[in-house]
Amino acid sequence: MNKVSIIIRREYLTRVRKKSFIIMTLIAPLLLAAMFIIPVWIMTQKDTELKKIAVIEDGTRIFEGVISSTKYLQFEYLEGVALDDIKNNFTDLGYYGILYISPKVTYIPNAVQLISTKQPPLDLTMHISGALEKEVERLKLETYDIQDLDEILKEVETSIKLQTIKISEEGVEKETSTGIAMGVAYICGLLIYMLTFIFGAQVMRGVIEEKTSRIVEVIISSVKPFQLMMGKIIGIALVGLTQFFCWIILVFIIISVAQSILLPDMENLTQAPLPDNIMSSSPVAQAQPVDMQNLSEVQQIFNNLGNQNWGVIIFSFIFFFLGGYLLYASLFAAIGSAVDNETDTQQFMMPITIPLLLALFVAMGAFQNPDSSIAFWFSFIPLTSPVVMMARIPFGVPGWQIGLSMMLLVITFIGTTWIAAKIYRTGILLYGKKPSYKEMWKWLRYKI
Amino acid sequence: MEIFNARNIVKQFSNHLALDRVSINVPKGGIFGLLGPNGAGKTTLLRIINQITAPDSGELLYRGKKLQPDAIYDIGYLPEERGLYRKMKVGEQALYLARLKGLSRKDALKKLKMWFEKFEIEPWWDKKVEELSKGMQQKVQFIVTVLHEPKLLIFDEPFSGFDPINVNLLKQEILKIKNKGTTIIFSTHDMGSVEELCSHITLINKAKTILEGPIDKIRNTYAPNEYEIVFDGEINLLTATLSSQYKFLEHSKKNGHSIVKAKVLEGSSTNEMMKALLNAGNIISMNEIVPSMNDIFIKVVGESNINDKKKK
Repeated sequence: MNKVSIIIRREYLTRVRKKSFIIMTLIAPLLLAAMFIIPVWIMTQKDTELKKIAVIEDGTRIFEGVISSTKYLQFEYLEGVALDDIKNNFTDLGYYGILYISPKVTYIPNAVQLISTKQPPLDLTMHISGALEKEVERLKLETYDIQDLDEILKEVETSIKLQTIKISEEGVEKETSTGIAMGVAYICGLLIYMLTFIFGAQVMRGVIEEKTSRIVEVIISSVKPFQLMMGKIIGIALVGLTQFFCWIILVFIIISVAQSILLPDMENLTQAPLPDNIMSSSPVAQAQPVDMQNLSEVQQIFNNLGNQNWGVIIFSFIFFFLGGYLLYASLFAAIGSAVDNETDTQQFMMPITIPLLLALFVAMGAFQNPDSSIAFWFSFIPLTSPVVMMARIPFGVPGWQIGLSMMLLVITFIGTTWIAAKIYRTGILLYGKKPSYKEMWKWLRYKI
Repeated sequence: MEIFNARNIVKQFSNHLALDRVSINVPKGGIFGLLGPNGAGKTTLLRIINQITAPDSGELLYRGKKLQPDAIYDIGYLPEERGLYRKMKVGEQALYLARLKGLSRKDALKKLKMWFEKFEIEPWWDKKVEELSKGMQQKVQFIVTVLHEPKLLIFDEPFSGFDPINVNLLKQEILKIKNKGTTIIFSTHDMGSVEELCSHITLINKAKTILEGPIDKIRNTYAPNEYEIVFDGEINLLTATLSSQYKFLEHSKKNGHSIVKAKVLEGSSTNEMMKALLNAGNIISMNEIVPSMNDIFIKVVGESNINDKKKK
């Protein structure tokens, strides 16, 4: 056992001291944090440019002043101007686009056109169609001749924002967000997939290095091949865990910093583009705490992040990472032992790559529907369970399922390690020929 | 007394028989040569002794008892296929390999320092292995092999990659180690160094032992009973003196002396030959022509191959 620890020490230290390791450890969380922060940042940055839009009607004057201007959007109602008059020179006149409304709009939904040289952003089109829908609805209602229609309309105006509450078995309620769960699931699944591949391939390269540098026979005259293989696998697993913990700490720091910087910004932002949807309904707003919901959307994201069951997630992540890694790393080690150089690994990589890729695809589906039968079954099959189960856990998975999946994983990696060790101990001493699967099958039955 | 015995070792690989009931008996305290042409099964046998692989059948005895896993601490092995981690520093690597052989960090450091001084390679300590030449790497490997002062040392082609000066340095070190009482198993194709160093040999060919025993005895067995006689006098007189019991092979003249090679035929002896010679002239020397290990190797392996073919 002492010797295995000497090997683990070497495998760990030589890798942790490498520049590439230090760079990876620092850069990856920045990239990961960027995945969180950039979308939020983009939200704060959009529409800072003023867009002027000409509104033209064909003959009628129904929609004058209907579409309100916002901080970044200005709507100019041009009276008596035909579409053909400005169609060709609206950019020269300083307009971003032309909104052409046909009188048929009350019964033909697509009788409205927004003409522009660029693809208009989604919030612009939503702003326009929202305002027009409301107006057309109002016009239609007016034909019913209802008294005090405006009052009634204001009173019935409602905005619903679904809050999802997850009740745990102990009856503790927690506000959750499907979006957040998906984000966490996505990151966990992808991370397990990537880490298994990155560190599994490191094991393989390490074995090939020992073989091509011909040090392997020197070492196995002192230790058993199995000890050398396990020392390498465990050493690299520790490298992976070290990196993972560094990442968690760094991501946590980055997110906390981002939270304190971004939050004040967000409050201003949410007030700006939304006033006509919600603020205009303020006379009856007492019925609803509208402000709370919208002012702190980002706050809620962070709250929801905090409400995830991090204990379970981190524990299962480490367990499934180790389990999946051990399973695949031993297979990677067996491949490394069988070949003379990295280019020969291709044909043997296939059977390893396919289940991992399959796992990733199933996990992609699991983000949408974590309890679908395909996600369910693949989260038990040990070759795919680490990735798929991690993609399900943030949505909440019964304890027995996690336990059973873990148990199957452990049994399988013990099995694959045993098989891999048999291939390994023969493979590392053979040079000069590329073995076939048939040959490797024979190695399994050799006596030590 | 023997330190290591292998009895009737059989090792079968999927498509060929690597060892067919091979036995070796390594006497304590000497240098034992394990010889054989390429592919004879030497490396397989050495791997079995080092417990890297296990035999299919046969018995391994270390100091008269069944070979145990912890015997590897007593054994130092320099394999033919040897190398070092290219990216690792020399000192760090030597320390690592020494610790795998069971030395404590402190002991290993102390001993490494001593050996690095002895070989005058201290400046290499912090160099990466890839910066060293092949010969330099071999030196480091030699040190690592002998560092833990094993009782049984196994060298597989230890001199390959060395210049003559370093070969000599290494031979001296090997002899010093032997004189301390360490047993050495030595596998090589260089018959010159076998004659120089080994006391016993085993020769394997095609998975079978074909020759074994103390080296002097073997050389005598293969001695063709021929003598080289240097004398002053007439060759004709000598030929007349020696009767039909001897056969002249060749004669020549060198520095004014006559040199004759003669074979003692069956039914006669060297004594009788000497008696006859005394009358013929002034004898300066008479030496038995002993075959070199090289000759014996070629002869024995060649014969074994012919026998093999006949069987088929």
